[in-house]
Amino acid sequence: MHQNPGGLSAAEIHTERKEQQRRRRNSLLLVVPILLFLFFAFVAPISSMLHRSIYNPTLVELIPDTVNALSNWDRTGTPKPETLLTFSIELQQLAKKRESGRLASAVNRSYPGATSLINATARKLRNVDPNQLAQTGHLALLDTDPRWSETKLWQAIDRLGAKYRIDNYLTALDLERDAQGNIQKRQSSNIYIDLYSKTLSMSLIITLLCIALGYPVAYCLAHAPARVAGVLLVMVLLPFWTSFLVRTTAWIALLQTNGVINSLLQSVGIIDQPLELLYTSLATILAMTHILLPFMILPLYSVMKGIDPSHVKAALSLGSPPFSAFVRVYLPQTVPGLSAGSLLVFITAVGYYIIPALVGGTDGQMISNIIAYHMQQSNNWGLASALGSLLLAVIVILYWLYDRLVGASNLKLS
Amino acid sequence: MNRTLKTLLGTTVLAGLVIAGQAHAQERPLTVVSFGGAYGAAQKKHQVDPYAAETGKKVVMESYAGGVAEMTAQVQSGNIQWDVVDIESIDLERACAEGLLEVIPRDILLPGDDGTPAKEDFFPVTLENECGIGVMLWGNIFAYNNETVGNVKPTTLEDFFNVEKIPGKRALRKRPQVNMEWALLADGVAPEKVYDLLATPEGQARAFAKLDTIKDHVVWYDSWSQAPQLLNDGGAVMVQSANGRIYNAIADENRPFTIVWDNTLFDMDVWSILKGSPNKEQALEFIAFTTRTKPLVGFQDVAYGPARKSSQALVDPDVLPHLPSSHLDKGMKANNVFWADYGESLTEKFNEWLLK
Repeated sequence: MHQNPGGLSAAEIHTERKEQQRRRRNSLLLVVPILLFLFFAFVAPISSMLHRSIYNPTLVELIPDTVNALSNWDRTGTPKPETLLTFSIELQQLAKKRESGRLASAVNRSYPGATSLINATARKLRNVDPNQLAQTGHLALLDTDPRWSETKLWQAIDRLGAKYRIDNYLTALDLERDAQGNIQKRQSSNIYIDLYSKTLSMSLIITLLCIALGYPVAYCLAHAPARVAGVLLVMVLLPFWTSFLVRTTAWIALLQTNGVINSLLQSVGIIDQPLELLYTSLATILAMTHILLPFMILPLYSVMKGIDPSHVKAALSLGSPPFSAFVRVYLPQTVPGLSAGSLLVFITAVGYYIIPALVGGTDGQMISNIIAYHMQQSNNWGLASALGSLLLAVIVILYWLYDRLVGASNLKLS
Repeated sequence: MNRTLKTLLGTTVLAGLVIAGQAHAQERPLTVVSFGGAYGAAQKKHQVDPYAAETGKKVVMESYAGGVAEMTAQVQSGNIQWDVVDIESIDLERACAEGLLEVIPRDILLPGDDGTPAKEDFFPVTLENECGIGVMLWGNIFAYNNETVGNVKPTTLEDFFNVEKIPGKRALRKRPQVNMEWALLADGVAPEKVYDLLATPEGQARAFAKLDTIKDHVVWYDSWSQAPQLLNDGGAVMVQSANGRIYNAIADENRPFTIVWDNTLFDMDVWSILKGSPNKEQALEFIAFTTRTKPLVGFQDVAYGPARKSSQALVDPDVLPHLPSSHLDKGMKANNVFWADYGESLTEKFNEWLLK
């Protein structure tokens, strides 16, 4: 893009260039805040999450020499005595710094029982004289616990020594490596795939319910006289502005064993035993549909407001039956609002975990509850990151599919 | 235009610097973190407030839901916001080993009001872990609602697992801890063999098989506060709970509940200090002050047993029968070393079992 500056002197060109540069700099300054925000709120956390899911430096940081020595081990029997001695010396140093627990909890994930084994050994080694330790060599370690000669334990330690590993993703997909390092289906438990599919299917049900409930409401809003529409809009927005903890608690009051719904049904005589409503998937679906409904109604309403009513009238006057006029003339024009609402509802539903935690019981659990559990309780941040990254990938794939089928340019939020 | 921009940017930068500077320059008051509810209220009334009044120092009290994640995050980032933390011993084992906590010297502890040296005055179990000073003992019990449970009242743990004898919903906390032990105990395993058995795949399978027998009759809850609520609103006729929560509902709210102490699993809470706390000296002073005889008696408000013998002697005779320490013969201590080892793997299996 080089423009011919016809008839301008060099000095004029120069000042003009400077002026343009200054303008560019100023406009850049204006977008700096949003760029910074994007970086700190999205780019940095998401890349750190992706990185954390494959980067496991614990063992390399804590016992570098042992990890090194194990790289020449043939993964059968017990490692060489020198390796065991190297490990005892490093473990003793960790024990003195009181950091053996970090090693213990890292190994424990591949070898349940390692926590107490490593911590107990560390306590015993803590007060041994280092020179004496060097003399007794590997026997000192084997004396503390016979398990130190187990091949399985050392295979676990060896495997954990790699800095970059995809093990968290294997776990998240219900896979594991066997002793030879081949990938196989997980023996101990398989929950994550089920949880992903459950999360997606529940979100889909919630989205469909929101469409079924929200579409007529939005239609009424858009086509009611101004005064009525104002009142209706307030009725839609009022719950939207209420804290969603309050709304969820209201559902608890409605659904519990002696709650409003059961009492009502029993007093009318429809049922004689209270129904189990709370702590089920049904409760999660109801509460989340209620909370996400405005996200469906608002984009639909704004799109419907912009549709020219004469289109449908024209179709009717040209002899179309009402239903086909609706399907062929009105409905296609609401697709942008429909898809915007559906995307908003679906993606929000996939990530919700407070509502399932409050009203979902066991079968109302979603993948986010497990991610929260690994962040807050089991402290397995690597696995939580892997689960989160997979969830992100699923959303991106779904969005890509949506783009192929509907077209993202069709999206209209207002 | 240009001037506006410059002013805007300048102000932003300046404000940022001021805020950052403030955060650093401010001396943070001592921050004590514990579990909320009636328990936290008792600590505030008998320990935190008297300390603040006597020393004239400001103390900030915060609540958390247990676990080690927040502590890990603070220690790893070096941004220490908490000083003294009340930890359940189930988490203490791990937090201490992972280097999240300071070692607390035993010589800061003051003798009992009757002159007994601290070492003899504290129950031995409360000083076992070098990172904590035990403050109170509590029990995982089950309780029933006299009005909804029917004519046959449960008296043993077997009854809790017997849906023919006692029909109706049972509520359990949604975690493997306590439930796995109870399953084996109800299946007839001797208390001293429970943890050895649970460490084996066969023992785990046996516990899940026992839990299977009541699975359709269980309501699972997440936080301790839900237990008395479920018992009250009819969501369950029997609930697993910490004894203090049920005692509170009985004593303060006149609820028709009864506690069953059979096969209680005893546990303990401790004061500990977060590693790298800038207020370490004051934290030690706080712990020494609040673990004297009198402040510890305050736990009787929620029927938890104080960690000192001299405090135990001062407990109101009416409350005494409701303390876990009056029922030690009926149960056993929860094994925290076991749960540090198997907590994660059993929770995964437990979650999978729930979703089956």
